[in-house]
Amino acid sequence: MSESEARNPARFGKQAPILPRESMTGRSLLAVIAIMSFLAALTVGSVRVAKISTEEWRGDLSNEMTIQVKPADGRDLEADLQKALTAAQKSPGVSDARAYPKEESEKLLEPWLGTGLDLKSLPVPRLIRLQMSDRSEKNIAALRYALSQSVPNAVLNDHHAFSGRLTAISRAISIFGLAILALVLLATVLSVSFATRGAVAGNRATVEVLHFVGAGDSYIANIFQRHFLGVGLKGALIGGAIAALLFALSRFASRIFNFIAGDGDAAFLFGSLSLDMRGYLEITATVLFVAIVTAIGSRLTVYSTLRNID
Amino acid sequence: MSKFKEVALRGSQLAASNNAAGAAKFGKRVHLGANDSEVRLIRFENVGLRYGQGPEVLKDISFSVMPNSFQFLTGPSGAGKTSLLRLLFLSLRPTRGLITLFDRDATRLASNEIAAVRRRIGIVFQDFRLLDHLTAYENVALPFRVAGREEASYRAEVVELLRWVGLGERLNALPPILSGGEKQRIAIARALIVRPELLLADEPTGNVDAPLAKRLLRLFVELKKSGTAVLIATHDVPLMDQYDAPRLVLNDGRLYYDR
Repeated sequence: MSESEARNPARFGKQAPILPRESMTGRSLLAVIAIMSFLAALTVGSVRVAKISTEEWRGDLSNEMTIQVKPADGRDLEADLQKALTAAQKSPGVSDARAYPKEESEKLLEPWLGTGLDLKSLPVPRLIRLQMSDRSEKNIAALRYALSQSVPNAVLNDHHAFSGRLTAISRAISIFGLAILALVLLATVLSVSFATRGAVAGNRATVEVLHFVGAGDSYIANIFQRHFLGVGLKGALIGGAIAALLFALSRFASRIFNFIAGDGDAAFLFGSLSLDMRGYLEITATVLFVAIVTAIGSRLTVYSTLRNID
Repeated sequence: MSKFKEVALRGSQLAASNNAAGAAKFGKRVHLGANDSEVRLIRFENVGLRYGQGPEVLKDISFSVMPNSFQFLTGPSGAGKTSLLRLLFLSLRPTRGLITLFDRDATRLASNEIAAVRRRIGIVFQDFRLLDHLTAYENVALPFRVAGREEASYRAEVVELLRWVGLGERLNALPPILSGGEKQRIAIARALIVRPELLLADEPTGNVDAPLAKRLLRLFVELKKSGTAVLIATHDVPLMDQYDAPRLVLNDGRLYYDR
């Protein structure tokens, strides 16, 4: 080995990347992917929050039913109420039955009619709230029959229609969320595709040399894919982390509001954005998905671009 | 002793030993290097090429290149030399005719097969086509790297070849700071490092002085002797005069054969 080589040994073992990093993409793609991932994670998290809320509401309704005793000409409303209560308490599957006092029933109308009205002249129906231990169709049919026999002016409301509407709303939110997610991912793929095309075009001379020294398209595509997987993962992590942080902060913020307000008014106003563990896992999965979509998008773009090079 | 050392030791022996077939005239098929029964590395049969709807830039080109042969490809500018080389590099497809490389129909090669064929060919470009962000060592090692070999397995080989072309002290140099001659030698070393069966060189002495051109020619001759078929495209008549080898002459898109 000559003296100058000894002074200046070759860069063995640690070779420069075949495609210079600075020739691939700038920070703009990273920012675009981070923003897209943030929106995707926000969508996934919001859908999860909506689902949690609707499931909670549905859970509340699932064990509850209501009997409405309507005033009728020639009938004693209080007696009818007692008959309906007795029929309900005797019915199988009913664990608890409680009649709303007259004042409470009238109070339920306040949001619509206002306060300070004399409701004595109005035919205000009375309500019985039922807690069900077994909500089978058979038990509901038996209760309905018992009521029709003893109190014809009583109506059993099993909240089926409301529960059905909640299910429909939950499904619609999920579909809407998926549609937004698909659009965000499509926009991500298009951004990556443009960036990849630019990167391949910018490295056209290098790509040609690689071809001439025997590199196949898959080898070249792997180089670009590795790079864009890295960019995608980094961008998606940034976007996903900010979204997750936002959900965590909103939970913390709603607790502070509740503490200051002293009741659930804040949650009523702003809604609860608290996310469960599954929601955070879904955000993590979204981050990985965005990174994978980025890598696959760049690979396919490289293949299609390489067809025009050589 | 490595192959490169062997070549170096025999460097002074410039006795011509080509097996070219006898003279052929325009329109006749030319087989360079051996007789018809041998395997041909390259075979062109009535190849024509046109770009888009333009006129034919190559017309009825027919020739073969046999293993262990040496020939020059020459002709005036605009005669179609670059187009013919691009066909040989597999970066163009002919408009008509048949091209086979290593007995494979070049027009029917899939992308991965093209890469496999190119690994058997060493290519030296007139404009070097070195990667400016890689050192001389990394540029020469590129074919090994692309082939997926571990760096430790080819390190000695690359260093030895770079020393042999006189760049043993420029291993870490980046191409932008090298002279034209040094770049040319790196480009040649990169083409030779995988010991190709066929070497295609486009004006390999275009950027070097006469003594180095002579030395490079000697290298190509020795390569031929060690089993590599060599096709050199050049305008350099004095260079061609230094070695008695068949000349493929392109003129106005047609191929002539001159001994």
